[in-house]
Parts: sequence; C-alpha cells; structure tokens
Amino acid sequence: MTFLIQQTLVYTIPLMIVALAGVFAERSGIINIALDGIMIFGSFVGALAVYIMQTAGMFGDNTQIVFLIAMLVAALAGALFSLLLSFSAINLKADQTIGGTALNMLAPAVTLLIVKIVSMQDRLSMPKALGFIISNPDMNDVFKPFFDKMFISTYIVIALFVVLSILLYKTKYGLRLRACGEHPQAADSVGINVARMRYLGTTISGALAGLGGYIYIATTASGTAEGTVAGMGFLALAIMIFGNWKPVGIAFGSLLFGLLKCIGATYASLDINGDGIFALKELGLPIYFYNLVPYVVVLLVLAFTSKKSRAPKAEGIPYDKGQR
Amino acid sequence: MKNRIKAFFAKEGTKSVLSSLLCIAAGIFVGWLVLLALALFSDKIPVSHAFKGLGIILAGPFASGGSKNIAFVLGDMLFEAAPLMLTGLSVAIAFKTGLFNIGAPGQYLMGAMSSVIVALAIPTTPATAFWVWLLALLVGMISGMLWGMIPGFFKAFLGVNEVIVCIMTNWIAANVVSWVFYNNKQFINAAGGKSAYTLPTTANGVSTPKLGLDKLFPGSNIDIGIFIAIAIAILIFILLNKTTLGYELKACGHNKNAAKYAGMNEKRNIVLSMALAGGLAALGASLYFLNGGAELAWNTYGKLPDTGFNGIPVALLASNNPLGVIFGSGFLRYIDKGGYNLAGFTAYNEYVSDLIIAVIIYFAGFSKLIKDLLSRRKAAKAEKADVAIKADDATQAGKEEDGK
Repeated sequence: MTFLIQQTLVYTIPLMIVALAGVFAERSGIINIALDGIMIFGSFVGALAVYIMQTAGMFGDNTQIVFLIAMLVAALAGALFSLLLSFSAINLKADQTIGGTALNMLAPAVTLLIVKIVSMQDRLSMPKALGFIISNPDMNDVFKPFFDKMFISTYIVIALFVVLSILLYKTKYGLRLRACGEHPQAADSVGINVARMRYLGTTISGALAGLGGYIYIATTASGTAEGTVAGMGFLALAIMIFGNWKPVGIAFGSLLFGLLKCIGATYASLDINGDGIFALKELGLPIYFYNLVPYVVVLLVLAFTSKKSRAPKAEGIPYDKGQR
Repeated sequence: MKNRIKAFFAKEGTKSVLSSLLCIAAGIFVGWLVLLALALFSDKIPVSHAFKGLGIILAGPFASGGSKNIAFVLGDMLFEAAPLMLTGLSVAIAFKTGLFNIGAPGQYLMGAMSSVIVALAIPTTPATAFWVWLLALLVGMISGMLWGMIPGFFKAFLGVNEVIVCIMTNWIAANVVSWVFYNNKQFINAAGGKSAYTLPTTANGVSTPKLGLDKLFPGSNIDIGIFIAIAIAILIFILLNKTTLGYELKACGHNKNAAKYAGMNEKRNIVLSMALAGGLAALGASLYFLNGGAELAWNTYGKLPDTGFNGIPVALLASNNPLGVIFGSGFLRYIDKGGYNLAGFTAYNEYVSDLIIAVIIYFAGFSKLIKDLLSRRKAAKAEKADVAIKADDATQAGKEEDGK
C-alpha cells in the first residue's frame, strides 16, 4: 500500500502542476498546446544545471539544495521559453495552435542538438546518482507513505498548487486574469490591461510547466534528459479539460491518472495487501493493457461529461480592441 | 504585361507562396545563427563549420558526396517524402474543415499494422502478389479511416475537443499495435538482432512495384509510392475545390453554424473529414511499410511515429493547399537529408534540421500577418497611384477649362 501511494504520487505531482499551468494560460485566453514542449525545455535546462553543479562538485553532500536550484532554473527556463508563445500570440496575434506546435517541435530539437554536442549521444546522463529521495524509514505506518522515500518536490508542488489556486479564485488578480479569458473587451473597458494579464498567465504557465518537466525526469528517469517527457504534457492538457479548467477537478483527475499510470508501470510487482501474491501479474495481461486503460478511461469520462464542459470563452482568440 | 504581373502578385495563392518562402528563408537564417552561436560558445566546433554547415543544409541530398551517394540519398528522399505527403494531406484536409488532426500518428500506426498483417498473412504466388499488395494497401487505408472517425464522432456528437481525443487515440493505437504483434509472434522477424521489427513484406513476396526506379536511383528504397502520393494530392485538390462535398467540408471549416443554416449536415461532414484524414495518414504508412525495405518497430507503446507529427508542419507550410503539400513534404525531406549530411561532415548533428523546421513553423504562425502586410503595401501603392491619376485628371480638366 505504501509503495502504491508513493508511486502514484510520483506520476500525480508533475501532471497536477502542468495541468494547472494549462489552466493559467487558458484562463487568461491563450491556448497553451505547447505544455509538452515547455516541459521538455525545462527538464533539459534543469538537467543541464544539475550536470554542471555535479561536475563542478558544488554542494557535494547537500543534494536537496541541488534539487531546489534545478527546479528553480527549470521554472525560469520554462517561463522564458513560453515568452516565444506569448509574443507570437499576444503581440503578433498569430494562430496559437501553430505557435504552440512550433514550440513543441523546437524544444526537443534544441535539447537534442545541444545534448548531442555536450555528451556525444542522444541523452544527457548525470555524472553521479541524484540522491533526491528523502528517507525516514523509522516513521510509523500512518505517516510512512507520506514522509518516507519522498521527494521534496512533492510538498513544494502541493503547496504551490494550493497557493496558486487561491490566487486564481480568491484574489482580484485572479478575477482579472480570468476575465481576460472570458470577455477581454469587458475587462479592457474597466481598465484591465489585457495584454499584460495574458503575458502574466502564459508566463506563470511556462514556469509551472518547466518545473513540472524537471520534476518528471528527476523522479522517474534519474534526471536523464533525452528530449522527451513521454507525452506527459499532452496528458496534462487532457487532464485540464477533464478537470473542467478548475483546480479541484484537476487535482482529482491527476490523482486518478497518476494511479492508473502507476499501476501500468508497476503492475508486475504490485502486492496491494502484502500477502505475497502479485494479483495483477497473475491475471496474465501484458503491459499494453495497463498502458491503455488510462487513455480509455479519459475518453469515456469525456464522453459522459462533455455536455457540462466549459472552456474559457475567449481562449484562442487574439484580443482585438475594435471587436465587440 | 505590367498589369498581368500585378494581377499575379495580387492573387491569394501567390501571397501564400511568397509568405511561405519568406518563412523558409527566415527559418534557415535563424538556424544558421544558432550554428554560429554554438560554434562561438563551444570549443569543439570551429567557426568555419558554421559557414560550411549552412552550405551543406542548403544542398540537402546533393551534399552527400559522390554521384553514387547522391543518387542513393535522393532516391530515399523521394521514397520517404511519400508517407509524409500523405500525413500532410491528412492534416490539411482536417484543417480545411476546421479540425486539428494531431491524431495522424495513431492513424499512421493503425494503417501500418493492418497493411503489414494482410501482406504477411495471405500466402501468395508471383501471380497473386500484386493483388495482395493492393488489398493490403486498401485494408490499411480503411483501418485508418475507422480510427480517424473516433475523434470525428466525439467532436460531432458529443462536443469533445478533437485535439484531446486525437492525443488519447494516438496512445491507444500505439498500445494496440504493440499488443497485437506481441500476441502474433509469427509476424515478427526471428533473425538475430531483428526481433524488434516485423518481417519485411518481401518475406511473403509482397512489395510496392518499383518500375525500374531502383535502377535510376541505385541502392535506394524508391518505389512508385511517390507517384501514388502525388496523384492522391491532386485528387484531394480536385475534391476540395471542384466538388460539392469539398465545398461542404470547407464551409463547415469557415463557419459551422452558417453551414448548418444553409442545410448542410455539419455533423456528417466532421465525421467524414476525420475519416478522410485518417485514411490518408494510414495510406502513408501502408505505402511506407509495403515497400519491403522498411521495417516496422512493433513494440512502439512508448513512442509515436515522427512521420505522423511532421504532417502538421507540412500542412502549415503549404497553407493547407493539397498541391502545396507536395512541395512542403519534399522540402521537409530535403532539409532532413541536409541535416544527416551535416552530422556526417561537420561537428554538428542532424537535429539542426528539426530546429530549422520548428522555426519555420513558428514564423508560419505569422503568415496571415505577413500576407496582410503584403496586401497593405499593395493597397497603399494602389491608393497612391489612384490619387496620382485623379490629380492628373484634375490638372487635365483644369487645362481643358483653361483652354475654354
């Protein structure tokens, strides 16, 4: 059980924060289909930072500081990368889907181009093991699933998620940002700077996606940057729609998806009640079945809930002052 | 003559081509700046390679060194352009109906699987091999149509965003394909070190006719697939521009509600457009894997095929014009080959070509802006000319009055 909770969180955390990244962009009126690309770019820059710190022997023993710096750098890189999207979508009023697609292609290209020059192969592996895991093996059984073998990123992301959700729903800044995604003309008429709000939304989105990207590779792929995040950005996009552009829905959706993903990754060694019988393995279904399930579940849920789905009204439409 | 030139430049199509060319030039320039920056920052790369590299990329397959290599790379470029052309058409036709078909990779995989299975499962004699090939091609296409209809149904009848359904069906397809081959080991290559791939269709004597093209480009995999792809692009052009169905599809893309008001069945059109898109993407895969020289990496559950995704830049580069797609896919493959030559002859690697294509697409997002700028300059000029003529007229009139 402990193992299942911990592994579920490993997949849930990046999905949760990247889906929230999508909410910030779309609530401000910009379709951010580039989440996957921004994740890739953030994960690459974060990995490069760790690579440099490890080769230079900085913070030798304190791996948590290395992790924190890498997360910060990844978020910064994601924010800067997303400016490309904001510039084309807000200043030049370009098609946002095309801009996002370009970013999705640009990120792996830049990553692999540089990685191959630095390391002579298609992946940037870390010189030393990451050691980002926090272990408290002496904990009692109630707290153990949440404090043993955990990553500091888990707590940070949950805190960020709560704070940003409150910011988006309970403060005037959040209200203004959301107004720009629903009816920018109305927002403008009461003195809100639509362009600035949309820049803010997309930049927060970029920072969160970059952060999520690095957390994903640091917790599942021992920090190796390969120019891919296995489509997690697109999954996060699906979870955002699944969660109806709302934080609570997203948290629920990423937990569900995290659990299904975790079962897919670990079904062969999964022993839920600890009786030594690997129930799922004995069913004899191949890994493909468990990989399929999350996507089919999302499709079914979308099919049944689509009538209630409400996207921000003005998303994807460049703001034009002259329009009513 | 001057008027004719003016009329030529005022045409919508010319403007599209011009803006695409501008995007390409800008993309290559940015790519070159990146090469230069890398050379300046990295001590592994001499600065002279940045200049040499630009030349190699621009020369594409022609920088392969030696006429033998050039013929071989050129043949492969044409061979690989065919599936890309079809995924480009797939994305373009969906765009015309206002749908973003990011599901081409999944449709491509379904087509690949069905075609490979049909081509390997039916025993052939030299006399029947061609018919099995044709059947495999058709079955591949139909399976892609069915797969493409899923996002169409979700969009038309349930109102679910097609992008999300496409992404889900992509990963479902990747797992289904892996699962089917996992359970049917007879289609997998048993030769040492080849177990990651399916058997080539030539194992059953099935392959796309080559019509002597392999003599023209010795060593390459080229077959008549490229001609089939071009013919289909022309057919799609006719379908979109000269038939009622094409008109209805485009009308749905322009304004769904207006199309419905005009009595068109917009739901049927959405499903139909996605079915066509799916069929085209799948046909691309069928052509590629029925060649006999290409092998399908069957255990693909963690990876989607690039050819599917690259249909998107091809369609964007062509402004969704089926005839433009012919050139768009050719250009992409040309730059691709340039990238591989770059990796061979300089300290850079093949990802430079991906970078250039990404930058081109980024600029293609502005193409409407560029077109507007082009028109505005024309309009300003025309206005000036107009004013001049009027002024001329006025002075003329004045003179005439003076004469009186």
